Amino acid sequence: MHGQCGLFFRTYAGEAQLFPGRFLKISMLLFFAALCLAPWAMNKYLVSILCLINISVIGAVSLNLLTGSCGQISLGHGAFFGVGAYSAAYLANLGLPFLLVLPGAGAITALTGMVFGLPSLRLKGIYLAIATLAAQLILEYVFLHWDAVTGGSGGMALDPPSIFGFAFDSDLKMFYLTLAVAVLCVLAVRNVMRTRLGRAFVAIRDYHLSAEIVGVDLFAYKLRAFGLSSFLAGVGGALWGSYTMYITPEQFGIGLSVSYLAMIIIGGLGSVIGGVFGAVFITILPELLNFIAQHAGAAFTDLSGALLAMKEGVFGLVLVLFLIFEPEGLANRWRLVKSYWKLYPFAH
Amino acid sequence: MDYYLQLLVSGLVIGSIYSLVALGFVIIYKATKVVNFAQGELVMVGAYICFSLTVQAKLPFLAAFFLTLAFSFILGIAIERLILRPMIGEPIISVIMVTIGLSSVLKSLVQLFWGTQIQVFPPVLPQEPVMIAGLPVAPVYLAAFALSIILFLIFSAFFKYSRLGIAMRATAFDQQAAASMGIGIKNIFALSWCIAAMVSSIGGVILGNINGINAQLGHLGLKVFPAVILGGLDSLLGAALGGLIIGVLENVCDGAAKEFLGLGGFKDVAAFLFLVIILMIKPYGLFGAREIERV
Repeated sequence: MHGQCGLFFRTYAGEAQLFPGRFLKISMLLFFAALCLAPWAMNKYLVSILCLINISVIGAVSLNLLTGSCGQISLGHGAFFGVGAYSAAYLANLGLPFLLVLPGAGAITALTGMVFGLPSLRLKGIYLAIATLAAQLILEYVFLHWDAVTGGSGGMALDPPSIFGFAFDSDLKMFYLTLAVAVLCVLAVRNVMRTRLGRAFVAIRDYHLSAEIVGVDLFAYKLRAFGLSSFLAGVGGALWGSYTMYITPEQFGIGLSVSYLAMIIIGGLGSVIGGVFGAVFITILPELLNFIAQHAGAAFTDLSGALLAMKEGVFGLVLVLFLIFEPEGLANRWRLVKSYWKLYPFAH
Repeated sequence: MDYYLQLLVSGLVIGSIYSLVALGFVIIYKATKVVNFAQGELVMVGAYICFSLTVQAKLPFLAAFFLTLAFSFILGIAIERLILRPMIGEPIISVIMVTIGLSSVLKSLVQLFWGTQIQVFPPVLPQEPVMIAGLPVAPVYLAAFALSIILFLIFSAFFKYSRLGIAMRATAFDQQAAASMGIGIKNIFALSWCIAAMVSSIGGVILGNINGINAQLGHLGLKVFPAVILGGLDSLLGAALGGLIIGVLENVCDGAAKEFLGLGGFKDVAAFLFLVIILMIKPYGLFGAREIERV
């Protein structure tokens, strides 16, 4: 491993590279090779957690594009995710192949997201947050009461997805499918962030008036942020629906929106890798609590029940502690660790 | 017609509780510019504390009520000191998320101590309905309505005439100028949380007397948003009126939707549909301060 003590880019293309340096390329390759092999050594439960992580990564990264990079707070991401799941179920039950269902669900969700993003022209900050909260509750109501399409409170059933006759009917197969889509989504967002579109998003977040002065059309770009983010959320929702094979309105409540926001806060606002870290952390947290409750339960029976009741409380506490003590999120901690080892043993 | 009059009256009652909760919300927002998503949980905690004191500790209702207020006062200080003070200067989203985190901590603490089933307050007021304009109205409804009007008047006077109230308004208007005039900004922040927690717990106690309490009471906090947006985020009068209007509106819309469209549960979404419409045409509400920016 050898690093450079400065920036030695000679071309813009060199600076905009996604994976600068051979070391990073090799380590990413090794990481993905390990990730692809890992499920073979795991039991069914662990593989299912990996699937959930992949799906959460899509949701978190898409929300981070909207909220972290473009600065538009959305409390309705869980409902957008739900729109994706319901449209996937509806399209799949019409008999469309999965390869069309996935982008179709994304497109429907993108349209929904853009409709609810319309107020963003006039509203900022807290007002927009409340408008998206309204979107969340209105969409939830639609899921519950539009019986003809959503099946109402009874929910909808889906078949496992199949591509060219190959059915993804086990956790292991779903893991590869979700991993592939998640990697595509993350790469897409990374790529967006180094184009004019991504730079416009960051400019709007940093100061909307300056952005407008340098020629960013606020409304058009905010709407694109909503559309793009909702598209990815819809794809994530479609995967979620195909993975759980049964969707009901309460899966996409305000709790889901809050947990996506928690992911990007804990991971790091505006950083793609932060969204990934946050998704991993928040998905593992309840499973970890379950594990502790089970094992502590052997010794203290009262404690395990209390721990389960406290699950939501622990989630809230973690969120509060992160905001107070690590407001830059895990992405920043990761950067600090990396720079520590870069300079090791001569850190000063 | 009687049906709608009945809806109107019960809407006014539930609306007066929204007004109380919205009042707490606006007091915090006015002084500290913090948007409090845990307002509903403050209501819930107040209701449960009062319930514990009256039913489990067998105190007389008035004593329990004042002890609840004292507890809420301390809770307000604790929340401000421990959680909100470190967040000064952080972006809006972090402040929103810290209050959301706080709300889930409070909710699960309540579940841990009191469980999730509905608890019923012992009746404090007589049960026989009073006839108003030919409609039977329970005394507790009247008390709720009267209490929220009294509280609104007290707070209006407090903000208008008392030294402390004026200091709070000054802080809300311009923190730096207020600080340089010798106002302790930190104390003002703590005080506004205390007042908000106390007002909310009064709302909780009233609600407990009407419907009983359970762990879902915190959802009330979401209803505050249509009320405060309608009135304007930083206006006391707006909060009071907004709460009443939203209460009536959602009840009447719910009744109408049931009668004409056969839709159930429209209550929860009517207020938010209305909210979106207000935001589109009048984003700063009926009485809110307008921010003007030009490029």
